[in-house]
Amino acid sequence: MSTDTEVGADLPDRLVAHGEIRQTEVRQTHRVVIRFAGDSGDGMQLTGDRFTSEAAAFGNDLATLPNFPAEIRAPAGTLPGVSSFQLHFADYDILTPGDRPDVLVAMNPAALKANLKDLPHGQVLIVNTDEFTKRNLAKVGYDSNPLEDDSLAPYQVHQVAMATITRTALEPTGMSKKDAERAKNMFALGLLSWMYHRGTEGTEQFLREKFAKKPDLAEANILAFRTGWNYGETTESFAVTYEVAPAALPTGTYRQITGNLALAYGVVAAGQLAKLPVFLGTYPITPASDVLHELSKHKGMGVTTFQAEDEIAGIGAALGASFGGALGVTSTSGPGVALKSETIGLAVALELPLLILDVQRGGPSTGLPTKTEQADLLQAMYGRNGEAPVPIIAPASPSECFAAAIEAAHIAIKYRTPVFLLSDGAIANGSEPWNVPDVADLPDISTTFATEANAPDGSGEFWPYLRDDDTLARPWAVPGTAGLEHRIGGLEKADGRGSISYDGDNHDRMVRLRQAKIDGITVDDVTVDDPSGEAEVLVLGWGSTFGPIGAACRRVRAAGMNVAQAHVRSMNPLPGNLGDVLRGYRRVVVPEMNLGQFAMMLRAKYLVDVRSYTKVAGLPFQAEELAGVLTDAVKGDLPA
Amino acid sequence: MTAIDLPTPKLGGLDLVPTTDETQKAKDFTSDQEVRWCPGCGDYAVLASVRSFLPELGLKRENIVFVSGIGCSSRFPYYLDTYGMHSIHGRAPAIATGLAVSRPDLSVWVVTGDGDALSIGGNHLIHALRRNMNITILLFNNRIYGLTKGQYSPTSEVGKVTKSTPMGSVDAPFNPVSLALGAEATFVGRALDSDRKGLTEVLRQAAAHRGASLVEIFQDCPIFNDGSFDVLRKGDDVAQRLIPLVDGEPIRFGNDGEYGVVRAESGGLKVVPVAEVGEDALVVHRAGEQDPTQAFALSRLSDQDLTHTVTGIFRKVDRPTYDDGARAQVTAATEQAQQRGDNLQALLTGRDTWAVMPTPEQEA
Repeated sequence: MSTDTEVGADLPDRLVAHGEIRQTEVRQTHRVVIRFAGDSGDGMQLTGDRFTSEAAAFGNDLATLPNFPAEIRAPAGTLPGVSSFQLHFADYDILTPGDRPDVLVAMNPAALKANLKDLPHGQVLIVNTDEFTKRNLAKVGYDSNPLEDDSLAPYQVHQVAMATITRTALEPTGMSKKDAERAKNMFALGLLSWMYHRGTEGTEQFLREKFAKKPDLAEANILAFRTGWNYGETTESFAVTYEVAPAALPTGTYRQITGNLALAYGVVAAGQLAKLPVFLGTYPITPASDVLHELSKHKGMGVTTFQAEDEIAGIGAALGASFGGALGVTSTSGPGVALKSETIGLAVALELPLLILDVQRGGPSTGLPTKTEQADLLQAMYGRNGEAPVPIIAPASPSECFAAAIEAAHIAIKYRTPVFLLSDGAIANGSEPWNVPDVADLPDISTTFATEANAPDGSGEFWPYLRDDDTLARPWAVPGTAGLEHRIGGLEKADGRGSISYDGDNHDRMVRLRQAKIDGITVDDVTVDDPSGEAEVLVLGWGSTFGPIGAACRRVRAAGMNVAQAHVRSMNPLPGNLGDVLRGYRRVVVPEMNLGQFAMMLRAKYLVDVRSYTKVAGLPFQAEELAGVLTDAVKGDLPA
Repeated sequence: MTAIDLPTPKLGGLDLVPTTDETQKAKDFTSDQEVRWCPGCGDYAVLASVRSFLPELGLKRENIVFVSGIGCSSRFPYYLDTYGMHSIHGRAPAIATGLAVSRPDLSVWVVTGDGDALSIGGNHLIHALRRNMNITILLFNNRIYGLTKGQYSPTSEVGKVTKSTPMGSVDAPFNPVSLALGAEATFVGRALDSDRKGLTEVLRQAAAHRGASLVEIFQDCPIFNDGSFDVLRKGDDVAQRLIPLVDGEPIRFGNDGEYGVVRAESGGLKVVPVAEVGEDALVVHRAGEQDPTQAFALSRLSDQDLTHTVTGIFRKVDRPTYDDGARAQVTAATEQAQQRGDNLQALLTGRDTWAVMPTPEQEA
């Protein structure tokens, strides 16, 4: 982790103010991966979030990977109850939350047991010793205390009685022992903040705001945080601290953002850019619920949110709102998509704008609610009765969700069609810096409602299925428009006039027209990244695999091999040049967090013998793992 | 964002819908689509009643929307020259919900049947009623699945022999009025398809009600459940079966008003000859009573064998509507946002940002 070493760097004033200053060795490093791991109730997600905010405020590039169980509070101290948050921050542009931690903070034996296998030998392990009781050790199957035997010898172990120290420090507050010990996560945050030279003001201000209604609690947490900081400073067990300089990212104003937040902001922006009210009809489901939570805060920005009685009602209400001239949106995950399928088919037949935000998770059925998987590509493509094509947009990272939501809304409005946006658990909860766009640079995605009769026969009638020559979109005539009264529905309609038609030839024409409309959507060509210009192997990805694939390519190239990378963001229709790109390489590798859904589409459409590399372990690919796969492909060793 | 008090309805059901001074006639509401129900279907009578009733509302035709699900009755919107959506099975109340919330200037109607509303769409129906959406739901109850050719429905009587129940159905039916009252409906009415006057009066009050109105319409399927309501149409004892409700009046019926409704020992209501108890003992119907107990008891005067069939308006009470409340929150939040000067740029930028400045080389 270290590169340059420097002793006696400038220390924050706060340390000086707290008294005795020790000369600590300060090492400069380019990147660090920290993993906080503890019980579900230990506040690890909050701790990780706060450290992320500190890293962001400092100007590092960063990527995060929260990993938590589906149970809100699994039995304390057990392996299923372990919750972790991994943060990768660096002084250059990074692509992933990191394969393995450089520092593991383990708050109890379960957290140690669940995470130690990922910690490379020689790295730093900080353990909260208070939880290493006989009972807790037995709970997770430790025969002997790893803090006392030599099993941790390969690591730089720091044993800290976090609960005891926190409790002692908080004694003057008069809090109960139990309440005081709860602040031990802030102790851990303070200690890590000291180790990495992070400012304290941001976290202190955050705590004051978070506990604004309970100032005592705020001060107690701040005290625990400072205690952690001072512990690092005053005890001699930590001889080294680390500095990670700000990253040289493109110029601009940055903030930290998660995928779900970016998605919600994208929806707010889409409404404003389309000059349409937004109506979100939805039902709570992990990991998409935060989109509802966020959008429900923005009623002042033209957003109405409706928590329906079920998934079907959520999308039904959204479609009803679209009929009335709003931008109808629904948010869900795989099981919810299954329930919404019939309504999506109806929206295809009605040809009304509708945005379906699918934050994918592990399936089938309830599957792995809190774990990521590229589970729903084929469900989004084909999961409806009849020929029911739906455009699909797939953002590649948390911050991309913003532009993806606007793009998806644009297609929905312009082509009068439901559109899928496929995010996933890793994108939704992961965070990264976002170069905040200037609103003036965002596209105008507004449309016009029909106001006039349009019958080509001059009858003065309104034909709801008379299409635009260019886009094949039909007119959007909203109730309240005089003279355009019309009836739409799921029964097949006559081309043009829009009355019910059971005519076989008309149906054939309508099926092909709906397909042609979607096929004709304007999509950017896929771009290929091949610095050498000589690569014979192409790795093609979609969605959240972008980061690990990119990091793997860097490794392969650093090892002197050539590999080309391309990433698809429009899954339907696919980029027009994709077939030519695929045919230009000796070997195409497609890594996916499913059993090869995209690979199947590519093989079917382009007759190219792509090689699928798949994993469905609930976590993103590791760069190291993919680098191995790509190396094999370059060397011609890839198994069929 | 601060919590705001929900407005209690001071408005009528259609007060935000634009009106017209033009004279309207039934044929103005008749679309060019050929009506394709079976000869003798009760839907014709309801369609005729609705077409001739709508002009009375004096609303701009373009501000009326009929949303339906799937089933014979759900073809209804195609035959009216208003805006309409023939959607999917059971989901019309959900679709109407989104439309009603986002468009207060529309008169939104749901047309549904016993299978559509009470079987596949039961969940949406009860929640639309619970939320008190400002919509009017016409539930055509013919106690059979017609469009799928004659299976028993959730309102079929026990023992019904149909294609899917050759030995008779074994499950107990819903009582739609009881169900609606149990789901906190603020307006519940019932009428017979052939009773144009009674149906029109219920429709009139349902349309004027701000909130969810459920109107159960008994309706014949001549093909698969022919004559199912004949005992309420013809024969000597019709007057002993039908109990028309008149708000504020003692509940009595029969050819000469010889029967009445009184409190029963069970806590419910029962039918007795007025001569036995005297007129003063009869219960007085009060549709506006907040406590739904009496309305519920009225819906259960007899089993669904039509021995005693109450028609008219069971309940009509004021309660805040979901759509008015949701819009009030948006309005309040919008005003607050304008006062604070909120804008999209400020939202996106947030409070915790950092700047990456151009390096000297980049600037040069």
